[in-house]
Amino acid sequence: MAKFTHAMIEKNATLLMVLSLAVVSIGGIIEIAPLFYLQNTIEKVEGMRPYSPLELKGRNIYVREGCYLCHSQMIRPFRDEVERYGHYSLAAESMYDHPFQWGSKRTGPDLARVGGRYSDEWHVEHLTNPQSVVPESIMPRYAFLKETPLRTDDIAAHLKANRTVGVPYSDEMIENAEADIKAQANADDDGADAVATRYPKAQVRDFDGNPSQLTEMDALVAYLQMLGTLVDFSVYQADQNYR
Amino acid sequence: MDVLGKLALYALALLAALLAAAKAHDGLFAAHAWVVALACLVAIVVTVRNSDKPSADDGAKYLDGVVRYGTIATLFWGIAGFLVGVIIALQLAYPILNFDWPWTNFGRLRPLHTSAVVFAFGGNALLCTSFYVVQRTCQARLALGNTAWFVFWGYQLFIVLAATGYLMGITQSKEYAEPEWYVDLWLTIVWVAYLLVFMGTLFKRKEPHIYVANWFYLAFIVTVAMLHIVNNLSVPVSIFGSKSYSLFAGVQDALTQWWYGHNAVGFFLTAGFLGMMYYFMPKQAGRPVYSYRLSILHFWSLIFLYIWAGPHHLHYTALPDWAQTLGMVFSIMLWMPSWGGMINGLMTLSGAWDKLRTDPVIRMMVLALAFYGMSTFEGPMMSIKAVNSLSHYTDWTIGHVHSGALGWVGMISFAAIYYLAPKLWNRDRLYSLRLINWHFWLATLGIVIYAAVLWVAGITQGLMWREYDANGFLVYSFAESVQAVHWAYVARAFGGFLYLAGALVMAWNIYQTIRGKTRDEAAMDILAAPAE
Repeated sequence: MAKFTHAMIEKNATLLMVLSLAVVSIGGIIEIAPLFYLQNTIEKVEGMRPYSPLELKGRNIYVREGCYLCHSQMIRPFRDEVERYGHYSLAAESMYDHPFQWGSKRTGPDLARVGGRYSDEWHVEHLTNPQSVVPESIMPRYAFLKETPLRTDDIAAHLKANRTVGVPYSDEMIENAEADIKAQANADDDGADAVATRYPKAQVRDFDGNPSQLTEMDALVAYLQMLGTLVDFSVYQADQNYR
Repeated sequence: MDVLGKLALYALALLAALLAAAKAHDGLFAAHAWVVALACLVAIVVTVRNSDKPSADDGAKYLDGVVRYGTIATLFWGIAGFLVGVIIALQLAYPILNFDWPWTNFGRLRPLHTSAVVFAFGGNALLCTSFYVVQRTCQARLALGNTAWFVFWGYQLFIVLAATGYLMGITQSKEYAEPEWYVDLWLTIVWVAYLLVFMGTLFKRKEPHIYVANWFYLAFIVTVAMLHIVNNLSVPVSIFGSKSYSLFAGVQDALTQWWYGHNAVGFFLTAGFLGMMYYFMPKQAGRPVYSYRLSILHFWSLIFLYIWAGPHHLHYTALPDWAQTLGMVFSIMLWMPSWGGMINGLMTLSGAWDKLRTDPVIRMMVLALAFYGMSTFEGPMMSIKAVNSLSHYTDWTIGHVHSGALGWVGMISFAAIYYLAPKLWNRDRLYSLRLINWHFWLATLGIVIYAAVLWVAGITQGLMWREYDANGFLVYSFAESVQAVHWAYVARAFGGFLYLAGALVMAWNIYQTIRGKTRDEAAMDILAAPAE
């Protein structure tokens, strides 16, 4: 048998392609595949649930406007970050995030636990004219969200697509999705209690200060106000979740 | 394919686009369907108008028309991408420039900038140089007839769909993989055609050995296919809708994305451009590649190690520590093949170093390799967790990316185009060597300003965020760190503007070269004339 030399690869395009593909496959297989089966990749926590329909719509607006380009949602376990933003982020907290929104740059502050930190009025004012509440801010204005009606008729399809990729939306959630989206933005709605039952800790109220209309601002503020609020850290045991 | 077959295909595509527009689940998808319909109409008109004209490349040894188009597309998209870069840099300094329109907000323009420079500028540079190089080094015409033209125009359609999508707010939010599912599918088709043309040409080669530049181009094409397909796996809300949900969630999605994202750098912006370097550097210098053995070592170690480096984008996040550590270790190892490649390129100039004085194209290549060496040292350093704890989330990362993108990718592409233009258009020489010198210095100054101010800005941010006073309180609010780097954002925009200005000088130079003009100017070596 002929001795194997590099010249054999150089003279055979198919061999070169197959070997290249084999060599570049190894790293990804070893690093990524275990994340899908190692049990301890995602911590055991109390409180995680799928996004409510209104929150999901808000999240999609967050994605659409590219908020993740300037705001991370991933608090690192450093003293300064934990003091500035709150408990460091857990993998469990983004287990229903398709796609993840950890971000890679902080042109603005981290938002992983922005929920409940500011009032709805502050968020609406800040999104409408950021410099009016934070003079140093370089954030663009998103006033148009207040004027844009929120599309609700397609929400069941969004929940179904999420269920296909593994988010545990029940049939009941999907059936009631359109009713829930309206009820969550109106505390007087007959379905308001049902939303809070289906989605524990869901905040039910008019978010954009304009009860007469369901807008994209309602959805985005509803999303921002729930960020980082689901996991119950009083029962979280960090030492049980070393990875 | 004959004209009638082509027209039938375009008509069918037009019909499908109109159907998609009519059945669209959302307005954004409908808008994209109309873009495709318009592209089909243009294709039909152009096909009819050109039906009787023979192609310039018919019967020629090489199919170079597509390389000529690719060269012009590279310049066009480069300038567009740099321009958007300058605009969004100014938006960060002066937020009023967001103009309160959804379509011009930073969040929508930023992916436009990154995709325009990486995929439109870089992608076209790779397409056209790979088509040129593979034909020359194989002594064979591009395989599969006019498929290369499909690859070229199909790729331009991908760019237009991606770009218009960003402005309208269509995005998957995965950095450098923002286009939605149907645009991803289209790119997959185009990419497979690209692979077939490239492999087909290798099969037809008249040289027994496959030249080293082609190894790198091939690894780039194959790996990008793998990355693109896996990272974009998603489930659409409707087959007539623009929105999809990623197949993966949270931590798995994050690592898949950065496995993709880092290797978009490693294979799109590095391996492909190394292929360019391995052909054009020896050609321009008139010297053989320094070391054949080093090429082999460089190639296999680079492609093996790069793939592992993704987790360094996720240091100290909720990604398990074992994966972070693996990513860091491999990132540091990656320093070695990177510098091996740089040395192999630089040492190719052995015995021809005097050309640095007289040939501004060689000068550009050397600068490209110097920046390649600089950023492939900086990268491994930033992947060390202790360094990363300071640098991550700051503008240091942005500066690092740009020293690689502007310094390495940009400069080696410019050099390749300066080499190609006279050959592709059968001119004796370029319009002007002195304008290349201007381009060189504008670009160099631009990069140096850009990188230096963002080092300062990034380290400022990192230190301010973690600054404690004597009583154990955080000293600065986040907003103060934003204010502190305002000057740097202004200076960065100026650096970017210089780089853009250099590209405009280049466009003029190439335009005049294509027109067949030569500038009446003193020879370059007069600059280096010894003192009397």
